[in-house]
Amino acid sequence: MTAQILYAFFTVLLGVGGCFGYFYGSNWLLDRTFPANANNDASAVRNLRIQANIRPWLFLGPALLLLSVYLIFPVIQTVYLSFHDRAGDKYVGLANYKWAFYDDQFRLSIFNNILWLAVVPALCTLMGLIIAVLTDRLWWGNLAKSLIFMPLAISFVGASVIWKFVYDYRGEGQQQIGILNAIVTYFGGDPQVWIALPFWNNFFLMAILVWIQTGFATVILAAALRGIPEDTLEAATIDGAGPFKIFFRIMVPQIYGTILVVWTTITVLVLKIFDIVLTMTNSQWDTSVLANLMFDWMFRGGGDFGRGAAIAIVIMVAVLPIMIWNIRQANAEQKGH
Amino acid sequence: MANIKLTNINKSYGSHHIIKDVSLDIKSGEFIVFVGPSGCGKSTLLRSISGLDQVSSGTMEIDNAVVNDVPPSKRGIAMVFQSYALYPHMSVFENIGFALENQGLPRAEIKKKVEAVGEMLQLTTYLTRLPKALSGGQRQRVAIGRAIVRGAKVFLFDEPLSNLDAALRVQMRMEIAKLKRDLPNTTMVYVTHDQVEAMTMADRIVVLQAGRVMQVGTPMELYENPNSVFVAGFIGSPKMNFITGKPADKLKAKTIGVRPEHFEFSKTATDISGTLDYTEVLGSDSFLYVSTPTGMLTVREPGRTQYKTGQKLHLKPIAEHVHRFGPDDNRL
Ligand SMILES: Nc1ncnc2c1ncn2[C@@H]1O[C@H](COP(=O)(O)OP(=O)(O)O)[C@@H](O)[C@H]1O
Ligand SMILES: [Mg+2]
Repeated sequence: MTAQILYAFFTVLLGVGGCFGYFYGSNWLLDRTFPANANNDASAVRNLRIQANIRPWLFLGPALLLLSVYLIFPVIQTVYLSFHDRAGDKYVGLANYKWAFYDDQFRLSIFNNILWLAVVPALCTLMGLIIAVLTDRLWWGNLAKSLIFMPLAISFVGASVIWKFVYDYRGEGQQQIGILNAIVTYFGGDPQVWIALPFWNNFFLMAILVWIQTGFATVILAAALRGIPEDTLEAATIDGAGPFKIFFRIMVPQIYGTILVVWTTITVLVLKIFDIVLTMTNSQWDTSVLANLMFDWMFRGGGDFGRGAAIAIVIMVAVLPIMIWNIRQANAEQKGH
Repeated sequence: MANIKLTNINKSYGSHHIIKDVSLDIKSGEFIVFVGPSGCGKSTLLRSISGLDQVSSGTMEIDNAVVNDVPPSKRGIAMVFQSYALYPHMSVFENIGFALENQGLPRAEIKKKVEAVGEMLQLTTYLTRLPKALSGGQRQRVAIGRAIVRGAKVFLFDEPLSNLDAALRVQMRMEIAKLKRDLPNTTMVYVTHDQVEAMTMADRIVVLQAGRVMQVGTPMELYENPNSVFVAGFIGSPKMNFITGKPADKLKAKTIGVRPEHFEFSKTATDISGTLDYTEVLGSDSFLYVSTPTGMLTVREPGRTQYKTGQKLHLKPIAEHVHRFGPDDNRL
């Protein structure tokens, strides 16, 4: 125990010291190699320019290196694997992709993913916007926002465990402890096995992510709303616009960029959705999504690296354009202010 | 045509009493200016007229109808904000046309009206632009255009020129004065902290201090007959000189006020003698700053001055232009 703590302490010390040493040392070396106080002005200026060109690479170097090792290399490896057989040593061309195209489970996963994409980002953003507007003028608005924000701090697995109790079903004759079934039986309905109802169970899983992500949307959009100049709203009031018109014509367009960023951020998250499905249904009852399908092929039942990798590439290709667009939009937003 | 009548208007924010028992009668078609130092409640009073703020007590009438509970859009008013408050995502055309759109006017009519206003304000070539692609003066014109297009009976301006540079401010001042001439039936209420704007534009000026009306009158009335030390000091540039002590005692006043142009020089010693500290020569006038036992006095001389810095000067107020104030700072 003590040894572990000491070990951790020294690792941190070594890491931080190493970083500091690297940045300081490399900078010192650069200054020595191309001195700015050279004997004549021309070479001093030239040295300064060389320094300015090299320094960013020196400082970015370690980060770029780590990024390549942990990000770029796996991508290349995955692409490679996707063109090979289950053990990863025989080239099979597009066979894995062709298989995916005709596989029922793959089609179902794609369909479910699209369902998630259509519902979750829209619902989170819409509810976030409505909550942000409603809580903006209340004295207890900040408290409400904090409560709504809180699920974001819970891991997806943790949230799923909580929601398992919401959807819990106990066999006939037993006391229902799930709140949803409790409500249904209170109103005289029959208890249901919610997460085993094909098609609809997708939405019960989505509710969990909406519960988690609405707080994120609310907080970001509330900040954006606060940035709208008050007098444009007053001018619109005088111009005879009602509350709905002010909301849709004056407020929303002024925070349009932020709405898109929130939307796409959640979209990217949804494309990668995995933990909730794994914890809640383990892909049973037609709830599989691409990430879970990939996981199943890659690591379960002996594993098929080729098919798993092909599915991973499909997910990446789907995420990439949204990601790029999202980053650009976020940058443009920052420049606009 | 619309008159505005305020009767015993009070406005508080929580325990802060901002507007204190203000009664005013603004005539139809008048150009009235609220002037006073920053924070005295000018904007609050204007916003009360607009309906953006509710008054705490008192009655507000526009066009002989009580409007206390009438929403801003139904009061027949238009407002020009200090920050222009243009809708940043709408073109100039849409900015000006938004109110008409809300009234449910047909497209063709909106187009006709917006274009007419655009022409009137020399904005024709900018109608498709967004506000961010306009200069300060053009934005101001769009804000004014937004007010004009609705044909409001009352225009409310809240320090519309304070974000413009000095040269543009003079130009826009003239444009607003011209606007008033073009719209003789429109009542205009204009808020500023700049007494020069007040003096040059107003039919009548309302001087406010700490939420109270200090005096109401035409610019010259206020200039010639200020009823308190505050108004006397606020109106006129450079400021009126206030003298206490012996020269005031002789006139049976606590304080006497003398404008810089209302001094004569005497060869022999007077009650008000001092040394010339420094001079500002503007060409048309010279301002002499004379340090006397009662404080620093400003004296205006037409053209150049013959006096040198450090010289001893003997000042004598012109009797008929001396303002006398009592211990309560009110006119005697
Ligand atoms: N919404 C508000 N809440 C509380 N106090 C306010 C509010 N608006 C204005 N005030 C106060 O009212 C006073 C007058 O403000 P304002 O009318 O804006 O002054 P002016 O326009 O003459 O500079 C100031 O002291 C200001 O702090
Ligand atoms: Mg103000």
